[in-house]
Amino acid sequence: MKMAEILTVEHLTMRFGGLIAVSDLSFVAREREITALIGPNGAGKTTLFNCITGFYKPTVGRLRLAHPDGASFLLERMPGFRIAREARVARTFQNVRLFTGMTLLENLLVAQHNTLMLASGFTMLGLIGSRAYTRAEAAAIDKARYWLDRVGIAARADDAAGALPYGAQRRLEIARAMCTDPALLCLDEPAAGLNNRESAELNELLHAIRDEHGTSILLIEHDMGVVMEISDHIVVLDYGVKIADGAPDEVRNDAKVIAAYLGVADEEVESAGLEVGL
Amino acid sequence: MSEPAPPPREAEPAAKRLDVLAAVKEAAIAALVAFGLFVLLIGIRTEQGPTGALVFTTRFGLLAEIVAAVFVGRLLRALTSREATVSIGNLVPASLKAAASGLAVYAAAAFVAFALLVPIIFYTNRYVLDLAILIVTYTMLGFGLNIVVGLAGLLDLGYVAFYAVGAYSYALIAQSFGLSFWICLPLAGILAAFAGLLLGFPVLRLRGDYLAIVTLGFGEIIRLILLNWQDFTGGPNGISGIPRPSFFGLPFTAADNGFAATFGLPYSPTHRVVFLYYLILALALLTNWVTLRLRRLPIGRAWEALREDEIASRALGINTTTTKLTAFSMGAMFGGFAGAFFATRQGFISPESFTFGESALVLAIVVLGGMGSQLGVAVAATAMLGGFELLRGFDQYRMLVFGAAMVAIVIYRPRGLVSTRTPSVFLHQRKTVPAAIVQDARAGTETPA
Repeated sequence: MKMAEILTVEHLTMRFGGLIAVSDLSFVAREREITALIGPNGAGKTTLFNCITGFYKPTVGRLRLAHPDGASFLLERMPGFRIAREARVARTFQNVRLFTGMTLLENLLVAQHNTLMLASGFTMLGLIGSRAYTRAEAAAIDKARYWLDRVGIAARADDAAGALPYGAQRRLEIARAMCTDPALLCLDEPAAGLNNRESAELNELLHAIRDEHGTSILLIEHDMGVVMEISDHIVVLDYGVKIADGAPDEVRNDAKVIAAYLGVADEEVESAGLEVGL
Repeated sequence: MSEPAPPPREAEPAAKRLDVLAAVKEAAIAALVAFGLFVLLIGIRTEQGPTGALVFTTRFGLLAEIVAAVFVGRLLRALTSREATVSIGNLVPASLKAAASGLAVYAAAAFVAFALLVPIIFYTNRYVLDLAILIVTYTMLGFGLNIVVGLAGLLDLGYVAFYAVGAYSYALIAQSFGLSFWICLPLAGILAAFAGLLLGFPVLRLRGDYLAIVTLGFGEIIRLILLNWQDFTGGPNGISGIPRPSFFGLPFTAADNGFAATFGLPYSPTHRVVFLYYLILALALLTNWVTLRLRRLPIGRAWEALREDEIASRALGINTTTTKLTAFSMGAMFGGFAGAFFATRQGFISPESFTFGESALVLAIVVLGGMGSQLGVAVAATAMLGGFELLRGFDQYRMLVFGAAMVAIVIYRPRGLVSTRTPSVFLHQRKTVPAAIVQDARAGTETPA
């Protein structure tokens, strides 16, 4: 049985002057599934992410996000911070973007800004030290502690984020995104720069996020090992156009996908595919 | 198999000789630059002779001395920095550093205790009391600007505008409606905060250098309005006869209903000065308390997150527009309080008092103190204004000494006196964050990747 749709992208086009980064793209990401977005460099994957999270306004098209409880949002009409706050779409960045001068714990508390802001009575109650706020802050710290533990960096909770090694920074970014209680988690190349062991741990973490927390995941990834192993559904982009869409097995054998990735003539596709173990 | 032959022994002294040669070369270049710079400034002079004609005099001896001094200084620096990479920071053992950071709390407490005792210690010394009031006023301005620059990372070069708005608000309200200081003070703060909002709106999209230029312009606009709106602000003549503060209704006069007579004290004009001092000290401590408190609240963390990475903040659902505006208006409000105090203390204000120089001085205090550090700002304000007074004896060399001190600080403490960041919350242990990884008020990239 197919799960309900969480993100529906309809006829999305993003134009920068004469350059068409994404062209008439339509696809669906489903609830409690890991949808992978793959494609060669410059295929428009990050542009699509920026459209979904409100950093770009799409030239044409519709982005509909539906929560499991039935609430529905048209993302292309919302400013970026409301997409994160109300539609509950969280994201990470290709070049990790942490609050480097703040500690790990502070990074995760910033992620819970909106909850805490409400609890602090928009600062007034917090300023006079109300009980309700103290409790809310303790709860936020507990949640941060849970996620630090979950991604295995709890021991360094009081260190500055900028002092962490690269792999840990990537995990912290995911933990920070999860602290916003997202309905849809968008990960931009989460496995980039990770070694084999770290990448295996990441797979586990993403599965846990999907299964235990019921968060749907949309991810961009170049590491085919990761993509094939964890995704439920793959969308392939090339030059801003969708060239394949389906389960990992279907996509793996798609001639167009192999051609796009390897850049060879059609008759050579099969032999080249065998060489790289596809 | 024999071991590979050791490198020839002569290599080391040769390298050393090369080092010395390079150092001499470096020093020679520095001396040449100094010669080029000073040959016309110092070497040659034209003076008015007895007949009124210009007389051409040369001071080549002095020029030679200065160039030689540059040569020797540069040579020594080049040689010593080559010998060992010892900086002042490395000379201090780690244990001492740890102890020093623990001492910071006591240092702050001692600082406050001393500030409380100043009027008692220096009761008879009006000069010191006036200087102390000045220092505390600038400390308070520094605290206010620190919210904008240090926490939110928005470089504001027009902070004096809010100081001016506060001062004029107080002067005009107090004069026109005859309201007391304690009613006018919050009103002045609110009006200044409103001015902060007004400035905030158009500059929301700017960052770093661009923001600095626009805020600089805003500061000048406010001054020009004050200068030209003759009917309302009195133009260049300013506003005089601003009501002086009273001790909760008791005026500081020799009259029977005055402060001195009520408490059975002999009348002394120092009473008013001491009251003013405690007033501004209370305001500064309030600013400090509120800032420290806000840092631990979500709004303060959002400010810091904004400074660290605006794009990531937006992706986490933080409304960057309102967050920036609150930072601007909060900083402006404290500037307004300080302005109101300035007006009541002086009794006379004019646009002259609100030039760009004031903004630059307050910003220098914040940068020198270490962005985001309250103790640093207080120490920097004391050092800057107190230093100015101490250097009074140097006469015409005052700015030279001051400039040299600034250069030394830029070289040895580029991130200010207290450059580490103290986290607002911790799980196990509070560890300070080294300055190198804390972002400061500079331009950032706009497109996420």
